[in-house]
Amino acid sequence: MISRRTLIQTIVGAGGGMILGFHIPEAVAAVVSAKPWTTPTEGVEINAWLSIDADGAVMIRVPHTEQGQGALTSVSMMIAEELDVPWADVRAVFADMNRHVNYGEEYIVTTTHGSQLVRLQHPHIMQAGASARERLKAAAAKAWGVDRDDVTARQGMLTSGDMSARYADMATAAATITLDQEPAIKTPDQWWLLGKPTPRLDVPVKVDGSAQYSIDTRLDGMVYAAVKSCPVPWGRLVSYDFERVKDRPGVIAAVEFKAVDGRSEAADLQNSVAVVADTWYRAKTALDLMPIEWDFGAAGDVSDATQAATARQLHDVPGKVSNRVGADATGIIAASKRVVSGDYHRPYETHARMEPINATVSVTDTRVDVWSPTQDQAAPLKIVADQLGRDPKEVYVHSAFIGGAFGGNGGGATAVTRQAAELSRQLRRPVKVIWARDEDIMQDKQRPPVHTRLTAAIGDDGLPTAFHSRAVWFTKDAAESHGPATADVAIGTMPYLVPSRLHERHNVAAHIPTATHRAPGVNQNGFIIEQFADELALAGDWDPLEWRLEMTKGLEPWQRVLLKLKEVGGFTTNLPRGEGMGIAIVEDHNSICGACATVTVSRRGDLRVEKVVLVMNSGYIINPLGAAEQMEGSVCWELSHALYGGLELQRGRFVNTNFDRYKLMRIHQMPEVEVHFAMSEDGWWGGIGEPAGPPSPPAVANAIFFATGRRIRSTPIASHDLSWS
Amino acid sequence: MAFNLTINGMAHAVDVEPETPLLWVLRDNIGLTGTKFGCGIAQCGVCTVHIDGQPVRSCMTPAAAAVGRQVTTIEGLSPDGSHPVQRAWVEHTVPQCGYCQSGQIMAAAALLARTPNPTDQDIDTAMMGQLCRCGTYQRIRKAIHRAAELARS
Repeated sequence: MISRRTLIQTIVGAGGGMILGFHIPEAVAAVVSAKPWTTPTEGVEINAWLSIDADGAVMIRVPHTEQGQGALTSVSMMIAEELDVPWADVRAVFADMNRHVNYGEEYIVTTTHGSQLVRLQHPHIMQAGASARERLKAAAAKAWGVDRDDVTARQGMLTSGDMSARYADMATAAATITLDQEPAIKTPDQWWLLGKPTPRLDVPVKVDGSAQYSIDTRLDGMVYAAVKSCPVPWGRLVSYDFERVKDRPGVIAAVEFKAVDGRSEAADLQNSVAVVADTWYRAKTALDLMPIEWDFGAAGDVSDATQAATARQLHDVPGKVSNRVGADATGIIAASKRVVSGDYHRPYETHARMEPINATVSVTDTRVDVWSPTQDQAAPLKIVADQLGRDPKEVYVHSAFIGGAFGGNGGGATAVTRQAAELSRQLRRPVKVIWARDEDIMQDKQRPPVHTRLTAAIGDDGLPTAFHSRAVWFTKDAAESHGPATADVAIGTMPYLVPSRLHERHNVAAHIPTATHRAPGVNQNGFIIEQFADELALAGDWDPLEWRLEMTKGLEPWQRVLLKLKEVGGFTTNLPRGEGMGIAIVEDHNSICGACATVTVSRRGDLRVEKVVLVMNSGYIINPLGAAEQMEGSVCWELSHALYGGLELQRGRFVNTNFDRYKLMRIHQMPEVEVHFAMSEDGWWGGIGEPAGPPSPPAVANAIFFATGRRIRSTPIASHDLSWS
Repeated sequence: MAFNLTINGMAHAVDVEPETPLLWVLRDNIGLTGTKFGCGIAQCGVCTVHIDGQPVRSCMTPAAAAVGRQVTTIEGLSPDGSHPVQRAWVEHTVPQCGYCQSGQIMAAAALLARTPNPTDQDIDTAMMGQLCRCGTYQRIRKAIHRAAELARS
């Protein structure tokens, strides 16, 4: 049983004074408050990243959002590592974005996406901790009349000979010191905290209901808004009849928003109407009852079927070349006697974070306060200042916990934040906007669909001699902004050493807004390339695992993963009908992750994914526990879409916009997930939050093939007949 | 319509349309925001609370239906986060984004109250209505087994 001590902290929220009590198991010790946006005013600031309280507590300011990926913990670990303070003395809070945006952007990067927090930002974050440590040493050296090199800083204590002091005692002096030269950050062999399994700081406040999410914001005098946008994006609002609902209880106003297409991708406000009331339920009920007439426009004729027809035509037309290796891949294939070909498809998918999209804004003459579930803490400040034409110095962002993001809360939170700002300005009181789940899914910026044709020629040794891919991809305005990065990534960039390769894509403009979606592009394309790899291996009479080892010869990070997978996965093609194992390996965000899946399929086609074994190579890892959590979750994330998901586009709009019809994985469908690491540790850093998603679906689909003889080239897999006899 | 609700042992007078879902009375009228809104159609379970010890989806339960009954929310499950389910959740570091976890914990607590030593099948049946987008199901399963141990010790 865990013994506990109680820490009571007084936190003043924008709605007035509030006392919150929370409990910290000693095993966790380092803490985060339930409202971590409250900027500490006590303590001595050593630099923008940390302050030290008189009692020795170190307040670490985190400029990245906490969306479940562990930012509060990761940033705190990296600073505590360099500063060298007991983990129990660490307190994590979110950084002050008003200070960041208006006064020198000291935090350098405030976005939280692309599995990059540790991967790309660790140098400057660790630098901040190292710099603080050296300044504390310098302060002690000055006080004691010794050389800085003769001062040791360890676990919150400064010592030199028989002299010693706590960091807190030297903090005021350290704050005034400028170093002639900034210290180098530690190398992994010097780590004492990084690399150790460390529980997340925010677990305690997430088991007692106290953690405050953006949607939980409550302000004095606040009113609530429900919003409906045109179900077909960019359609027009013809009319709405507020007279019919304005006398309902609590109803205050109806306000129209107009689309600003083309202003910038991040500024998309759809044509929509909001109803405002004194509670959200009253606002939502009145909105549902209010007659609204839309003009859907030409996009009202677009559907999955029309896109599929477009894709079939374009599969016969050369596209934009994204990668070419060797000579004349298509010519070699045309002349070959052994050709393998497959048409693959992934549909639109949505983010559906558990916290529906929302924002709260309070506009007054002197300041503007914002709560928004964004993946960039600084973005809402800029968005609101832009929407209202206010000086960014007057805008304050309160970074709350986020109920999931998965790539969607850059764009998704943009429109809702503008809506809340506009409503608060017009109504002259704080407004919380919540998109109901149907709106959240229908108006999300979706993961784009892809239709890909793959063709390859097999040589006499059973290995491919030429490879050709042609992807057809539907994005808003045929956006190349996430084009090569996603349209054929993992296919165009595959590691397999085929002598002649040609990779092409067609980016087709569609009216549906699109955005990144955890492991963007690689999720779609991993399913495609790693099944086709099995098709090629089997066509050449190769074992799929041995084929991958042969085809990645000399690529150390890939070989390391495949060899570990061979050691721990137990992969075999020798199983009775109805049982199957499959493997896959995919690179995403600079990490390489392999999966070995085991499935059973009944004669009538009932699928059960029994187990997924993962092997990750991200170069280095700072928290194996956090990494394992992310990897387990990633399996669920992408199997959800591959097995069950799939948005359905009909008459220009999505029709399965709540969890009754947009199916996601549930506990009884979750396979056992086993996590292994095979780290190269040779100078490169990969991401962890996303790369474990992509290999699971192709591993499962490959396993289904061995169990049933059926090759499943489109998702959701649950829509396919998997029966066998 | 004005009526009284007993929530976490305390009486609250509310004045809302009687069909107003309990969820919104908890969140907007009373200010207990630990119970979350997810789908509004009883499909995701993030709004799970107990009424007289039974787990219910508060997003589709009229507030008036709770009159004269004991409503328990995550804030009232234990005074100090020490319920065996909460302790097990900390031990197994279950939450990621954490948004669904109030509902997960309330559903698990209700399961253990009626089935002190649940099988995996019992867990599937009791928890399949609780969606988690971060995919923490494996840890939830282990934590429920651990909570059962903690409750016995």
